[in-house]
Amino acid sequence: MPKDLTSLFQQRASTPDAYNADKPLMLHCACGQAHSPEEHPSQAALSLEDTSRNFMEAAFVKALFPVDSVRRNFLRAVGANTARAAIASVMPLGAFEAMAQDKGSLEKKDLKIGFIAITCASPLIMADPLGFYRKEGLNVQLNKTAGWALIRDKMINKEHDASHFLSPMPIAMTMGLGSNQVGMNVASIQNTNGQAITLHVKHKDKRDPKQWKGFKFAVPFEYSMHNFLLRYYLAENGVNPDTDVQIRVTPPPEMVANLRAGNIDGFLGPDPFNQRAVYDEVGFIHILSKEIWDGHPCCAFGVSDEFIKQNPNTFAALYRAILTASYMASQSKDRELIAKIIAPIQYLNQPETVLAQVLTGKFADGLGGIKNVPDRANFDPVPWQSMAVWMLTQMKRWGYIKGDVNYKQIAEKVFLLTDAKKHMAEAGFKPPEGAYKKFKVMGKEFDPAKPDDYIKSFTINKMT
Amino acid sequence: MKSLQLKAGIVSLLVFTVFMLVWHIATLPTKTASVNVSGMTAEQIEYQKMMGKDVGSQKTTGFPTPAQMLTTFAHQLSDPFYDNGPNDKGIAIQLGHSLVRVALGFLLACVVAVPFGFVIGMSPLLYKACDPFIQILKPISPLAWMPLALYTIKDSSISGVFVIFICSVWPMLLNTAFGVSTVKREWLNVAKTLEVSPLRKAFLVILPAAAPTIVTGMRISMGIAWLVIVAAEMLVGGTGIGYFVWNEWNNLSLTNVIFAIVLIGLVGMLLDLMFAKFQRWVTYVE
Repeated sequence: MPKDLTSLFQQRASTPDAYNADKPLMLHCACGQAHSPEEHPSQAALSLEDTSRNFMEAAFVKALFPVDSVRRNFLRAVGANTARAAIASVMPLGAFEAMAQDKGSLEKKDLKIGFIAITCASPLIMADPLGFYRKEGLNVQLNKTAGWALIRDKMINKEHDASHFLSPMPIAMTMGLGSNQVGMNVASIQNTNGQAITLHVKHKDKRDPKQWKGFKFAVPFEYSMHNFLLRYYLAENGVNPDTDVQIRVTPPPEMVANLRAGNIDGFLGPDPFNQRAVYDEVGFIHILSKEIWDGHPCCAFGVSDEFIKQNPNTFAALYRAILTASYMASQSKDRELIAKIIAPIQYLNQPETVLAQVLTGKFADGLGGIKNVPDRANFDPVPWQSMAVWMLTQMKRWGYIKGDVNYKQIAEKVFLLTDAKKHMAEAGFKPPEGAYKKFKVMGKEFDPAKPDDYIKSFTINKMT
Repeated sequence: MKSLQLKAGIVSLLVFTVFMLVWHIATLPTKTASVNVSGMTAEQIEYQKMMGKDVGSQKTTGFPTPAQMLTTFAHQLSDPFYDNGPNDKGIAIQLGHSLVRVALGFLLACVVAVPFGFVIGMSPLLYKACDPFIQILKPISPLAWMPLALYTIKDSSISGVFVIFICSVWPMLLNTAFGVSTVKREWLNVAKTLEVSPLRKAFLVILPAAAPTIVTGMRISMGIAWLVIVAAEMLVGGTGIGYFVWNEWNNLSLTNVIFAIVLIGLVGMLLDLMFAKFQRWVTYVE
């Protein structure tokens, strides 16, 4: 039996028919050669199970008749149906099939996944109560974790098999920044947009960032999009994030408490805590992160190199579950339902209305108005490698990386775009084209092909 | 004696009543909190609803009133053993996890501190040699140990136990050493004249003589262990009373945080009482 059936399906555009006497039975990748083009549409109509059954039968027949001419002669002599019945009688294909599908092919069934209680984690959280993990034969335990440093440590210590990450974290870990060097990957992006700059209500009249000198801001982690976006936004407005303001690392849940106590003037933090600050009447939403970069990645779903190597099938199953959840989360019609699903104590432990406002994008802004921004939070799982390159440019710009950076190499190693596309197709979604999608940050286009020129174009930076 | 206890009880009750009364008055709903819906536009009403202020909704933030506290107590204690997966367990289960961690760390500390304390207590040279290390290690906060433990042990729950161990080992060690070194000369001399074997001397003369001091050290250590567990669990997460506090803080639910605080205090008191009993049992009158 082939070791990884599912990946073999991927390579094949048509399913083999073991009982066709007029065609050679080829089990190696024969896409584009061994079949006529009109077979493609019929392939699309077949479900995964059908494909799998056909393939298994073919593999079995192939094993019975290693020489193809013998198989053909046999079929011509007795007829396809007789052959089918005869073969079924000697080999219980049903049991055979069950064996292959039996999650015995999964190297590891019981998985521990860490998460931080924020709306960014919606896909990986909802996959549990909605049964997406179970459907793949996985028994997942979701562990609420106290902070990003602990997320990092528990992944390094292998206490968690997979984890919710801030998308720059696997890059930093792979490069050995702020931790031991451990090969970590971004399997998919958990969410796009969905963050905001929240200021204390006492700053209602200071809506121009130029008035923010001396402010104290909080971000969840150094290697976070929050840090990079806040720095970018401040610098574009002429405020030097290293000298004009103070940026502190604060776990998200503590942001609202600190804002209330007046320890910080504002934060660029994950939801639901922006909305929570509004709900608690201590803050207002200055801008959504979408206004800095529409469609920016935020959190990621990640696993280590080692885990993928040791558990390729489990990883594939996990991937499918996450992508299915991401797809569902990206549908705006389901957002109210998702808010309900992730609100309970074991997940986000937040008032449902706060989560609904975040996810539906119809929210109170803390200044007495209601805004309607349907894509305030979105869930696009594609790990674009251009995004990784952008993160690297910002890490270099603010002095987290010194010296030359091989942007492409790191981006392609950490952001598993090829795998994501493969598994998206497998789970029935249309994978996107390309790898280095271009985008604009505050109106300025980013060209992933020229990262060093991009960095040099900023006057405010911390490069020596 | 009896009347003194009665009087003390009455005063305690009085203090408690005054405290609750002050609390009640301080948290009386202010006028602005109640929203008058009439005279508002539809958008304003929706805004209020989004802020959790519509009629019938219960906002969980803000300082709770004593009445709200009472309902929380009743609610939490009515079903202390429920288990909704790894991130949501009943309060009794959380307490159980914490107590097991404390017990493990504390027992480990006993196993190390008592014999080691014995050794350095009997040898003035070792005592002097070890003293600087003990003095430096003793005042280190549990949270300072945490990153080091996580990094080296590579397991968060063992790290939690280790932190309890490392913080509760010192008072026990010092008290044991002190107790052993201050056993009356005469008793040791008597043992010497009777040619008691060293092992017998240790168990039958020194141990009973030093027991009250050792148990005092244990009592202090237990107090510290219980202090440490909350901090450690807040950091490590997963299970335990510290995690409960942290999780409710995430939700900014002061009611549940206060509930946990009261519970932590009560359990701490019970643990202390236990050791007080133990202490009385080993104390002797000369």
